[in-house]
Amino acid sequence: MEALISILIGVLTACGVYLVLRARTFPVVMGLTLLSYGVNLFLFATGRLTIGQPAVISAQAPGYADPLPQALVLTAIVISFAMTAFVIMLSLKARAELGNDHVDGHADEEEHS
Amino acid sequence: MLECCDPINASHSQRLIMNLTLVVLVPFLGAALTGWVSRYGRLRSAWMAGAVTALALACLLPSLPVPFTGEPLIQRLPWMPGLGLDLVFRLDGLGLLFAMMILGIGLLVIIYARYYLDADDCMGRFYAYLLLFMGSMLGIVLAENLILLLMFWELTSLSSFLLISYWRHRQDARQGARMALTVTGLGGLALLGGFLLLGEIAGSYELSVILASGEAIRAHPLYSPMLVLVLLGAFTKSAQFPFHFWLPRAMAAPTPVSAYLHSATMVKAGIFLLARLFPALSGTPLWSVLVMSAGLATLLIGAWIALFKHDLKGLLAYSTVSHLGLITLLFGIGTPLAAVAGVFHIINHATFKASLFMAAGIIDHECGTRDMRRINGLWHFMPYTATLAMVASASMAGVPLFNGFLSKEMFFAEAANFFDLSTWSWVLPVTVVIASALAVAYSLRFIHDVFFNGEPHDLQRTPHEPPHWMKVPVEILVAICLLVGIFPGFTVEPLLAVAADSVLQCNSPAHDLAIWHGFNSAFAMSVIALLGGLLIYAARRPLFMIAARHEGLIDAGVLFGRTQQAVIGAARAVTTAFDTGSLQRLVALLLIGALGLGAVGLLGVSAPLTGTATLVPADGISLIVALGLGAGAIATTVLHRQRFTALIVVGVLGLLIALIFAKFSAPDLALTQLSVEVVTIVLLLLALYFLPQHTPAESSRVRRVRDLGLAAIAGLGTTALAWGILTRPGATISGYFLDNSVPGGGGSNVVNVILVDFRGFDTLGEITVLALAGLGIYAMLKGLRLPGMTLDPSGRPWNWDLHPTIMAALTRLLLPLALLVSAFIFLRGHNQPGGGFIAGLITAVALIMQYLTNGVEWTHRRLHGNMHPVIASGLLVGTLTGMASFVFGHPFLTSTFSHVHWPLVGDFELASAMAFDLGVYLVVVGSTLLILIHLGLMRSAATQERD
Repeated sequence: MEALISILIGVLTACGVYLVLRARTFPVVMGLTLLSYGVNLFLFATGRLTIGQPAVISAQAPGYADPLPQALVLTAIVISFAMTAFVIMLSLKARAELGNDHVDGHADEEEHS
Repeated sequence: MLECCDPINASHSQRLIMNLTLVVLVPFLGAALTGWVSRYGRLRSAWMAGAVTALALACLLPSLPVPFTGEPLIQRLPWMPGLGLDLVFRLDGLGLLFAMMILGIGLLVIIYARYYLDADDCMGRFYAYLLLFMGSMLGIVLAENLILLLMFWELTSLSSFLLISYWRHRQDARQGARMALTVTGLGGLALLGGFLLLGEIAGSYELSVILASGEAIRAHPLYSPMLVLVLLGAFTKSAQFPFHFWLPRAMAAPTPVSAYLHSATMVKAGIFLLARLFPALSGTPLWSVLVMSAGLATLLIGAWIALFKHDLKGLLAYSTVSHLGLITLLFGIGTPLAAVAGVFHIINHATFKASLFMAAGIIDHECGTRDMRRINGLWHFMPYTATLAMVASASMAGVPLFNGFLSKEMFFAEAANFFDLSTWSWVLPVTVVIASALAVAYSLRFIHDVFFNGEPHDLQRTPHEPPHWMKVPVEILVAICLLVGIFPGFTVEPLLAVAADSVLQCNSPAHDLAIWHGFNSAFAMSVIALLGGLLIYAARRPLFMIAARHEGLIDAGVLFGRTQQAVIGAARAVTTAFDTGSLQRLVALLLIGALGLGAVGLLGVSAPLTGTATLVPADGISLIVALGLGAGAIATTVLHRQRFTALIVVGVLGLLIALIFAKFSAPDLALTQLSVEVVTIVLLLLALYFLPQHTPAESSRVRRVRDLGLAAIAGLGTTALAWGILTRPGATISGYFLDNSVPGGGGSNVVNVILVDFRGFDTLGEITVLALAGLGIYAMLKGLRLPGMTLDPSGRPWNWDLHPTIMAALTRLLLPLALLVSAFIFLRGHNQPGGGFIAGLITAVALIMQYLTNGVEWTHRRLHGNMHPVIASGLLVGTLTGMASFVFGHPFLTSTFSHVHWPLVGDFELASAMAFDLGVYLVVVGSTLLILIHLGLMRSAATQERD
């Protein structure tokens, strides 16, 4: 299971990195989304993998998953949403101001829309 | 060295009244008030500034007699006890003298500036800056703690920057202010280093301790670096050679500012520091060499340049530099009598120089120029002002019966005494006499050129006497010059004695402030200086020609300018090397940098990659989910140019991530991820409407290979890192949270208790970020117009049914249900998976569904679309909940809970954390809706425009 999660984190990061390096805004935003999946998963995994033991206190529970990374990731998810929203709006604004969606603000080639 | 006397015991007397703190704080508070009242009439700010200064003076009054008892008054207010830093102030003779000068001359400057400033100068801003500066200066002279002193020191640099650049439309003012800030700021940095060393050497940052442990400090191996750093701070502030160049350029300030900064305050701060630390630092050869040489060079160079300045204020500026050198030299000589003379000259220089600057301001005001080649013969136009200026100039020259004469005589006596000590000792008295002769010459020039010497040349207006109240401050200062000069024993002696006592930290040696001491060496030097000055002035024409040829020869300002240009050029070169205006390039550099740093971190590691922890066996379903996720991520990347398809795949990925969270015991995360995913995809879909549907294939092959390489390295690196972590047994700090969640936080869902209780402060920060993102997006979308599309890429109409009936009806029915679920999730959040974040997202999704299926208009008729109050109230609820614990004497965000019994429902728990969670809920709902509604509004605007 650990191997699966590690590889998943790597795949998400690699795909995210590749997309973040693209020249148009929308793929960059998608790349950031994939990256934040990878990062959230990584942070979550630092609490190690525990099955069937949620951190809800009860007398019968045999043990608990580490609640701290979960709390961190919970806010990270919400903040990632805020960031994604902000970046996508920035790209809309850039499109309106500059007339194209190239990340450097100038279209190298003609747009095919 | 200080063999003189029985030391005064530094006592830590504690008083109940904190009037010294008030003296310092009143000007700061008054600055804000002064700026504010200027809205209601510019003259009110002048009255307010005067009243504030008078109030600060009144706060000082009750403690006035204390220094005369020979014991410093120390008042302490705990501030940051963890750092050992208190608001601790000290009033002794030296502090008293300076505080009186700062407040007294400050008051005169305020009166003067009221008549000096033009109708279009903003008076409120001027007086606010002036009071800020005044408060900072008072802080320096009254501080007992070195760190506190340094903070006020830096504040004077900042506030003097504001004052010098007051006429911000003028380039010379901005440049002068920048130079003053850079030089004194760098000095402040050196001073910080010096103070830290001094504090460590003495074992305390309190002056009482430091002043009493001079022996130990001077014997310490770190004494030399510490002294150099402290002196750098003092010399930059007091414009000592070679750092003097900022002072004349600061003359671009309004004249009242010059009168204040360059007589009694700013530049005297460095001198004050020399005097303050005199008992602790002086008396070593290093001190004598450094301080004496700096003082002597400054004295001579300043006097020489002053003589040849055609600008009235320029002459006064260099004369100030010269007199500061004189005082520094006195402290460098280091005998107790020299120190007394230094303190005396501080007083005298402050009075005559302030009045001279004010007189120069009057002349500038009346003539419209400060060029002495054009201003001549003003005696006929303003005889009264001329008389005042002549008295002050005579004092500056050191003519008998004026106060400058007395301190200069003491100075001459000290210089003459120095003569016996070594072979090169004749240099000092000779240089001193030459510099004094130059001082006589430039004082003479000031009087002769301006008030006599023919008629004025092409002035814009006819000068006449200024308004009465503009002269009053000058009159007062000139009267002090005369009174001190004629009756020193009755006027200045007590204050001087107590100030000198506190400089020396013992009873000052006997000194006689009489005008006539008989025919001695000092008298002879005075006579030579006066006659020599007359001669130099008579022979000024050839001298002017020599000076014109060598102008700018000893001006470190040019060097400063070149260094500044070089630094700016280097910074620009570095920036352009990295930033060519391409985001792609920057992102690639950032990634390469991160990967490089990661690789460097791994270099020395010898541990095996795989750890020893027992692993969790994989099961079939997990394998399928993982395969789906991996395939989806790759598919997104491969298909990314088909934006819509890629986006749908990303949505699926988010849901699969939620499944992973659910699998590994994180129900809260699964719920959050699920609801966030819905909102994110709706948002991106809406945004995609305004963007091209396809990405053009424009990356070169090389670029793609490079990016693939970077991606592969990043992926492999994170995989290895994750594997390394996951295969090692974890040591966690979560035991505390698990143990205390129920007894301390009153909730059994530990994740939620961490969020709203243990780490509530973090969460408050996070919802603030969310709120700011929402508001930022609102600001960006406001007024934004983007064309929408009518046809989709395949040529079909974009939308053939805006509001599908079945879906609309269904969502309307679902709304109350969804809200009920949200309330349920919210209420159970403390004990079961759920909470404010998730409930907020569910509510947001439920409302967004209404917008999507029924349209913005329909929804806005039923629901007010203004989300700003929701966000604001959420933040307010969160903050107020936190502050409520103050009422009970607990720190911010301490939570409490109790169980109440509700009939029918049963035992119900009420926790204050729940109110905090409500704040979270409101911010999440408000921000999410704000973002989506405004994007939706833009879309319907685009649709309407199209129709």
